[in-house]
Amino acid sequence: MPTDRFPVEASHIMMFARSVGDDNPIYHDAEHAAATETGHIIAPPTFPQAHAQFNPTYRLRPQVGKPWFGSGATPTGVKKTSEVSSGGGGGLHAEQHFEYHRHLKPGDELTLTVRSGETWEKQSKRAGTLTFSETITEFRDQDGKLVITARGVGVRTEKPVEN
Amino acid sequence: MTLSASELSIGQARTAVLVEDLKRTQLVQYAGASGDYNPLHHDELYTREVAGYPGVFAHGMLTMGITGKLLTDWVGDGNLANYGVRFVNQVWPGDTLTGTAEVTAIREENGEHFVDLSITTTNQDGAPVVTGTATAHINA
Repeated sequence: MPTDRFPVEASHIMMFARSVGDDNPIYHDAEHAAATETGHIIAPPTFPQAHAQFNPTYRLRPQVGKPWFGSGATPTGVKKTSEVSSGGGGGLHAEQHFEYHRHLKPGDELTLTVRSGETWEKQSKRAGTLTFSETITEFRDQDGKLVITARGVGVRTEKPVEN
Repeated sequence: MTLSASELSIGQARTAVLVEDLKRTQLVQYAGASGDYNPLHHDELYTREVAGYPGVFAHGMLTMGITGKLLTDWVGDGNLANYGVRFVNQVWPGDTLTGTAEVTAIREENGEHFVDLSITTTNQDGAPVVTGTATAHINA
């Protein structure tokens, strides 16, 4: 499985906190943070997910020179394939769990180890057969210490979820 | 500030409106910050005509992130030991989300003190959109 590097930067933390509507100064104001119990800026709890920015081949970011499945002149830039969309339903996020061995801070240089976990199936009235697959990501810091363990569960639906 | 066991009791809860009338721009903001540019969350044409949904909807992780503020505002900065959710219903532009966290246990493990919380975020119709649990470090 791939190992990615994830440098944790103050401006990235600030932008991420803004995007989730969190104006807590612990995420952007170093002077404020220095006077708190933590003593420095930390990242919000779901920030580890932003490691996607540093994954060189991340499927959900347009890659230079490659077709993109979003719309342009037509509703999609690629021919429909089972990889992009299974019966129109495609992949959705079913669960996400984080264990914090310590909270991230600007200057951390993380290394990620990603491995697949279990897969299972379930029937659903609203979306047909659901295929779940688990991914476990371990984030280690510049000293080799495990700082975050993340467990994500993705689901591919047979058809779009009915609402 | 870090909570103390003495100020907590099982069943104690905190509720907050987390976002009112969720804007599409916030979905774009989250895409840019997180790096998840799935067109389902900003590209109406793709989402309707290719994916078959009525329109763009929020990243599950945006709802988890928005809900995280409820937790950290209560347990204090840097105190979460774990946080996990299931995404049970989609969140749409225009939704107003309300989160509730409730104390389910106050406990000691290897000399460290923790509070366990259950979490539910619901939309304006009262339907849950994420449910989950969290554990935070507390003082004795």
